[in-house]
Amino acid sequence: MRVTVIDYKAGNLTSVLKTLRHLGAEPVVTDGDLSLVEAAERIVLPGVGHFAATERLDATGLTGAIRAAIAKGTPFLGICVGMQWLYAGSTEAPGQPGLGHFAASCTRFAESAEKVPHVGWNSLEVRAGSRLFAGVEPGEFVYFTHSYKAPVTADTAAVTHYIETFAAAVERGNVMGVQFHPEKSGATGLKILSNFLAWRAKGASC
Amino acid sequence: MLTKRIIACLDVHAGRVVKGVQFVDLVDAGDPATQAARHAREGADEIVLLDITATHEGRQTLLDTVRRTARELFVPFCVGGGIRAARDAEQVFEAGADKVSINSAALARPDLISEIGSSFGAQAVVVAIDARRDPEAADPVREAQVFVHGGRKPAGRRVVEWAREAEERGAGEILLTSMDSDGTRAGFDCELTAAVSEAVGIPVIASGGAGTVAHFADVFSRGKAHAALAASIFHFGVSTSRSLKEELAAMGVPVRLPC
Repeated sequence: MRVTVIDYKAGNLTSVLKTLRHLGAEPVVTDGDLSLVEAAERIVLPGVGHFAATERLDATGLTGAIRAAIAKGTPFLGICVGMQWLYAGSTEAPGQPGLGHFAASCTRFAESAEKVPHVGWNSLEVRAGSRLFAGVEPGEFVYFTHSYKAPVTADTAAVTHYIETFAAAVERGNVMGVQFHPEKSGATGLKILSNFLAWRAKGASC
Repeated sequence: MLTKRIIACLDVHAGRVVKGVQFVDLVDAGDPATQAARHAREGADEIVLLDITATHEGRQTLLDTVRRTARELFVPFCVGGGIRAARDAEQVFEAGADKVSINSAALARPDLISEIGSSFGAQAVVVAIDARRDPEAADPVREAQVFVHGGRKPAGRRVVEWAREAEERGAGEILLTSMDSDGTRAGFDCELTAAVSEAVGIPVIASGGAGTVAHFADVFSRGKAHAALAASIFHFGVSTSRSLKEELAAMGVPVRLPC
């Protein structure tokens, strides 16, 4: 299975590539070759760091190519900032629009006595029927490191509590996003990535 | 609920895990990749690999070690020792580390923190601080001093103030080692850890002094630590991170279980 991994020069891709290989996929990296997006069997958009870095997706034409790939049904997984980019935008970089696939916007954790960023292993509450989380038991832990988060909406696939309840994952059809790092989340993370790699459109034959 | 992290630390010299007291009488304790995988399997929430050689000649060996260790490791992986420039950090990230820990190089040139953070994100930068209480000061804890060179030389900075500066410059976490407690097995320096944790908005990892399970519970509650480094405790009755966490859970500490 060839997986196109999008490089927009925000953080390092090594962990994601290594984990995809471990699961038997063949990752190919692009920082602007749109043909790799058009022909992709799967697309993964990793991302750590600042939402403003997603500007590079617009500048390279990757945004349009990803939008077209999603529209024709290519399974897509956004990780961390890659999930946040699926929304309309983030208060982290108000001038930089996201893809807008999901209408809501991402915001910073509210001021409280708790630390921001939210760093560490926290538990998931998974929505029934999620395909990304098939086989994940209630209360399994995954690794987070982030200061901004998406709100809980009808498309939320899993929630986590920290300061408030936020969307740990989003899923609608072929478009999925996780706020945590499945590549750093032990056996639970590997199971979630395997589910993404095994994802097929309902009714599609093998 | 966000859990308290138990971090396994491997000291590495010339590509091998070593054990020793204050970096002397080093005993070979195995292959880093094998040891890291074992700790992850046995419930460690994160792995830290500290290169105590940190010589120029040793860099290639370290990168090979990091690459081999990262290959089958699916929990957060932090590497420290000898990272003096953004390029050093980049090589360690390319080899598979998720975070780098920087210490004396950040003190010598604080811009290093933002240089690494701006390319790889704040979550990838851990600033390690070796601290000693200042017995002469009016407030020995709040005026604790930063030390370098394995705790032998004062850096001329106060711990709390340096931790704040590191946060402002873009550090994602602070790894605080109490040189007073290190090796004593008499418990973490909870007062010092709390003073730093209260002064910064980023998570603080406590290190130095662990001898019993109760010491961990104490540094998480009284010390306000978010994570703790477990090193020598594994040689004194508690065999794995999992058994440590099971005992902590029984004491009411939120930990990642099952793991």
